[in-house]
Amino acid sequence: MNYTINKANLEVFSETLQSLAEQDSDIYVVTSDSRGSGKLVPYGQRFPEQIVEIGIAEQNLVGIAAGIASMGKKAFAVSPACFLTARALEQIKNDVCYSDNPVKLIGISAGVSYGALGSTHHSLHDYAVLRAINNITIVSPSDNFETEQTIRQAAEMTSPVYIRFGKKNMPDSLSGEAGRDFKIGKGRIIKEGKDLTFIATGEAVLPCAKAAEVLEKEHGISCTVVSMHTIKPLDSTLILNIAANGKPIITVEEHSVNGGLGEAVASLLFQNGSRNPFKIVGLPDDHTVSGSQVEIFEHYGISEKGLTNTVLTLTKS
Amino acid sequence: MEIKALQEKSKLYRRNILKYIYNAKAGHTGGSLSVIDILNVLYNRIMNVSPENFDSNLRDRYVQSKGHCVEALYVVLADKGFFPEEDLLTLCKYQSPYIGHPTKKIRGIEQNTGGLGHGLSICCGNALMAKKDKSPVRVFTILGDGEMAEGSNWEAFMFAAHYKLDNLCAILDYNKLQITAPNAEVMGLEPLDKKLEAFGWAVRQIDGNDIEALTQTLESLPFEQGKPSFVIAHTTKGKGISYMENVLKWHHGVPTAEQYEMALTELN
Ligand SMILES: Cc1ncc(C[n+]2csc(CCOP(=O)(O)OP(=O)(O)O)c2C)c(N)n1
Repeated sequence: MNYTINKANLEVFSETLQSLAEQDSDIYVVTSDSRGSGKLVPYGQRFPEQIVEIGIAEQNLVGIAAGIASMGKKAFAVSPACFLTARALEQIKNDVCYSDNPVKLIGISAGVSYGALGSTHHSLHDYAVLRAINNITIVSPSDNFETEQTIRQAAEMTSPVYIRFGKKNMPDSLSGEAGRDFKIGKGRIIKEGKDLTFIATGEAVLPCAKAAEVLEKEHGISCTVVSMHTIKPLDSTLILNIAANGKPIITVEEHSVNGGLGEAVASLLFQNGSRNPFKIVGLPDDHTVSGSQVEIFEHYGISEKGLTNTVLTLTKS
Repeated sequence: MEIKALQEKSKLYRRNILKYIYNAKAGHTGGSLSVIDILNVLYNRIMNVSPENFDSNLRDRYVQSKGHCVEALYVVLADKGFFPEEDLLTLCKYQSPYIGHPTKKIRGIEQNTGGLGHGLSICCGNALMAKKDKSPVRVFTILGDGEMAEGSNWEAFMFAAHYKLDNLCAILDYNKLQITAPNAEVMGLEPLDKKLEAFGWAVRQIDGNDIEALTQTLESLPFEQGKPSFVIAHTTKGKGISYMENVLKWHHGVPTAEQYEMALTELN
């Protein structure tokens, strides 16, 4: 595959917001002492009138963002994913989703990006809890290209959206120059193959792309890799099309195996009669091992090597 | 422990905080250096808690609400003999139990914290039960000034006064800085003493890096019968290392080899 590792999606998010705010005085960024961790210091310097600081008070952050959005503004509420989606869950459910205030909730340093800071700082529950709430779109961009497109499209959305990403450097575009089509709600095929399919999201797509290369070169197994950046609404057409060949499907996510992308895909497949060999790769329901994001990924097999082994085991049996 | 000995301990603790943060290449340096004198006095002079009585229900309870400054707590607990100090060489490493926030996997730590604005509520529950049981147990927590913006703290302030929890003491490590900017710019707290008094707490203001002031103040708990006690401890973020003091980036800055040597020289 043809990509180069570029910047953190977080960085691209901040740049995109600045480019949007140049044209649009309705863009508002709302932060909870998260300006630095959100790479928003330059934004704050350029648009001091379009940033509102809340202090370390995530519930207040989401409530205030709902109020800002209901005044017709484009409110981006930016906070670490762990606090945004746990601490402020009731505000998300009632003030954003139920009251239909189109806030753009930006969960930064998501999944296990915070590594050895431990479980208080991990968000392995966010897809699960938000999937169960009506009236919210959930997006988890895998590369810089998807991040920029997501932010631009989210700015124009008139319903609530949650966007999460990590802070590790990611490829500019996993599909290279080709495949520069992007729409929230439509999965993106970044590589086509015929023997099995990885359906992955966020920073878990990259290890799938790497494993796909090894599997093809060293084991003659050709894989499709899908970046399922939108987890809700799920692109059921694409998934069912892929499943029609009866080949194995492996879902991969930086989230608990409970309630995330994997179970969403499983439910879709099962209810539509598909019986493809199927495996969910994610974080098990256990105390998460301590270490950096890379170490945690490797520990649980969300890595080139781990995924290659998973495929070899699945295709052998 | 006497004042002189406590002062020596603070120096040792500051050296160790830097040593283990430097080794881990991670940690909350500034806030650990601001809070360490408070922890020193609590553990070596005020609280009835030790490795020997840690399994007893009658031990005093300490919950670190500003959990990110766990390095300060680890260093004190190691010195108290809860675990071998050299364990801290694994801080933040793969599969180490010594992660970057308080964890009950480590003996001596009461609660898993790290999300801000949780400690005080847990302490309220502890203190209320100690009252119900007519137990001598006292309960302590340390908060950060940025952390004070969390609404849960203010819910707990109401609760503690309502239930007359005079066995509870909350200490604010008022170092005036948070991550983005000074506390006064991000979300100002003042006039804090008046707010807390209005919430029904007995409040004292002291220099929180002065061992003698800390000792005197914490030895006079409760400040008023029937009221929870609040210590506004004015501290300096990065205290003890000239180039770190009051400098924002040392919130979670890690010293280079050269900076580390310089810091050790300053502490000697
Ligand atoms: C609920 C929650 N929100 C955000 C954070 C991220 N965070 C960690 S430390 C910190 C700043 C804390 O500032 P302060 O309370 O003043 O602590 P100190 O300056 O003493 O380190 C923030 C925002 C967190 N740990 N928990």
